[in-house]
Amino acid sequence: MFAATPLNRRSHRNQNVARAVFFLMTVALVIPVLIIVGTLVVRGGPALSWEFLFTAPRDNMTAGGILPALVGTIWLVVVALLASVPVGVAAALYLSEYAPDNLLTRTINLAIINLAGVPSIVHALFGVGAFVYFFRFGASILAASLTLAVMTLPVVIVATRESLQAVPQAFREACWNMGATRWQTIRKVVLPNSISGILTGVILEVSRTAGETAPIMFTGATAFVAFLPESVFDQTMAMSYHLYYIATQATDVPEQLTFGVALVLIAIVLAMNAVSIAFRVYLRGLKKW
Amino acid sequence: MAWYVDRAAQVFVFVGGISAIVFIAGIFVFITKEGLDFVLGPLSLGEFFTSIEWRPTSNNPTYGALALIVGTASVTGFAMLLSVPLSLGAALFIAEFATGKTRETLKILVEMLAAIPSVVWGFVGMSIMHPLIIRVFDVPLGLGVLNAGLILGLMAAPIMTTIAEDALKAVPDTYREAAEALGATRWEVIVKVVVPASRNGLLAAVLLGVGRGFGETMAVLMASGHAINLPTSVFDSVRALTATIAAELGDTVQGGNHWGSLFTLGILLFIVTFVINLTADIVVRGIRKK
Repeated sequence: MFAATPLNRRSHRNQNVARAVFFLMTVALVIPVLIIVGTLVVRGGPALSWEFLFTAPRDNMTAGGILPALVGTIWLVVVALLASVPVGVAAALYLSEYAPDNLLTRTINLAIINLAGVPSIVHALFGVGAFVYFFRFGASILAASLTLAVMTLPVVIVATRESLQAVPQAFREACWNMGATRWQTIRKVVLPNSISGILTGVILEVSRTAGETAPIMFTGATAFVAFLPESVFDQTMAMSYHLYYIATQATDVPEQLTFGVALVLIAIVLAMNAVSIAFRVYLRGLKKW
Repeated sequence: MAWYVDRAAQVFVFVGGISAIVFIAGIFVFITKEGLDFVLGPLSLGEFFTSIEWRPTSNNPTYGALALIVGTASVTGFAMLLSVPLSLGAALFIAEFATGKTRETLKILVEMLAAIPSVVWGFVGMSIMHPLIIRVFDVPLGLGVLNAGLILGLMAAPIMTTIAEDALKAVPDTYREAAEALGATRWEVIVKVVVPASRNGLLAAVLLGVGRGFGETMAVLMASGHAINLPTSVFDSVRALTATIAAELGDTVQGGNHWGSLFTLGILLFIVTFVINLTADIVVRGIRKK
């Protein structure tokens, strides 16, 4: 009575075929990551040395290291974070703790989606028009970082909002019942319980910011400066722009050097991502509620 | 005292909250401000949309953006041919078939794919794909629609996979259980229940992927060959709207016509991505209403 009919067998076979096809499609998507990272390691690995990391480029970029670009990227990321994290966290607090479900809130959400969806080169045009010329910051770390900050703002907002909303409503209600104000509740209960989730979002933002090229091309990144930046009004080299420049503009750059720069850049970005992912997995294990 | 702090905090987070609106409006205002002189002056819409003569630096400058629009469209279109089926397939596998460790690993790898910076993708296009395409297809140049499309497809895939997976997850498990109780296999559940129920979310995922491909700059600049050309085969070089701005803005004089024309391309990009994102949002809102 329960023997498989031809129809059963066929639909079972269909299911297995579908599973295999979808699995292969997934593999086709993720295999390139492994190939790319592998190729960069094999071809760029030999370029890596302490000297490569801690000296400036020499001989029209055909020799030497990447120190000014590394330091420049750190400057850009730090200044961008200083600008975007307070604003992003405030925005997430508003959306999660205060905002009523009205037209304004829907408009804010739509604006966040759009901010994330606007092409990076349009962000660059905005940075040039607003920060470089209108606010007269000139092409500088400040202008480039603010452009990056506006561009990566959605990353902070979305990550922070998610971790705020993961705090159970009962925690807040308990605090309000003790007579605490909204802000006291946020500061003493909501933020301490979500801070690690917020941090995960910030690390993810670091990885995004460090890899962006288009937004900084015309707002503060430069192909070569002999000295390290001393203030936010200096122009600077940056890892991402350095890779673009030596891959397309500079001539006679040894292949190994270019691959080395790409390898260091992708290592920074993927390491930040890995930290963020590991942190998230660890936190999920810790969850008390 | 606590009351004042509370009020001050409320004002502070409200300002933060509306910042996203301020910035998106600011982007529109500032690119329009820089492009306005050009739009009201030398721009001829007929020439802009129908001519392929983009010669902003010649003595008798022409501003035909057709080749750039076609370039962007061909690369994005080719990318979507590759990436829509793969992403939706991957989303279905991750959401409906994979379990436990496999699922986590695949999700992390997809996230890694999303993390690779666009300039590294461009570099991969130039240094790995370029010689590979020349060798495999025996063509003189490996930079073009094929190269940029493959790269762009891989770049747009993670966002589509993630959003499509979210859409599939949003289908209540009771639907699946009801179908399985009627004797449906996993495959029949997917085709007859899960996909129809998450149709809008999947559509939104595809739209956002298109938006991502359309706006990508560095990878397309480096992998497309950057030649003004109406492509007739996938091996032809093309030039994209985004790449044109990135390549030329550094050589322009602020406030000049060339400068204005590049900001006008920016306005076009802004409007198109805005419409794509708005449509995706409306499509998603459609499911929530039901």
